Amino acid sequence: MHKKTAFEQIFQIKGGDFINAGEPSIKIRNILKDIGIDADIIRRVAITAYEAEMNVVMYGQRGTMKLLVTPEKIVLHIQDKGQGIEDIELAMKPGFTTATEEMREMGFGAGMGLPNIKKNADRFNIRSTIGQGTKLRITFKVK
Amino acid sequence: MKNKDIKISNIIESCNLKVVCCQELSGRGIEGGYASDLLSDVMANTKAGDIWVTLQGHPNIVAVAKLKELAGIIIVNGRTPEEETLNKAKAENIIILTSNLPAFELIGRLYESGISGMR
Repeated sequence: MHKKTAFEQIFQIKGGDFINAGEPSIKIRNILKDIGIDADIIRRVAITAYEAEMNVVMYGQRGTMKLLVTPEKIVLHIQDKGQGIEDIELAMKPGFTTATEEMREMGFGAGMGLPNIKKNADRFNIRSTIGQGTKLRITFKVK
Repeated sequence: MKNKDIKISNIIESCNLKVVCCQELSGRGIEGGYASDLLSDVMANTKAGDIWVTLQGHPNIVAVAKLKELAGIIIVNGRTPEEETLNKAKAENIIILTSNLPAFELIGRLYESGISGMR
């Protein structure tokens, strides 16, 4: 990638669409692979992108995930229109989930989503408004 | 036989697996194994090249396998993946196998074939 240039792309996420869920994350992984980003960073971005995307699919009505790549960092911005998170501290607790029985049967709702994001990101910010939606900003340093 | 020398075609034979998608990918090597039905757990704890043993057969398992660059997926207990799962697997080049055995039994056989969950 040429120095000081930045790459940016926005992906749409549809709430409740479990069939196509994961495709934006796969596209992001493929883009980073094409750019030649380090494999370990790609692995961490892929985990966080997937977890954030699935949260929108499960709890948001619709949302977007924006990928920004600069020579110094990779940033994922995820925002959804949805129910919002009542208690972020509680939502960050490993094992805590509000997933339905049906989602759990599919193997979602282990209460590992937000903790997985935090663990794999270099920086992680979350803001949520009840009845409006949630915004995540996830940053990775590129060495 | 060392872990890295094992191919999917070897376990198809030794564990009596059925290929439900993408026979042409059976030459892929297997680096290790992981068993879980929780997708976040698989996202967090698998390594590239792992063969993944699960009960889940819905389309989202393909995205997980693709994102983590897994060697393939084995669905146990005689379960059949959904049609849409096979379409996704074809599009993303993920091999899916099925076994009539319960997870415990199949994993024992995979281990006997030389695949370890630790590496």
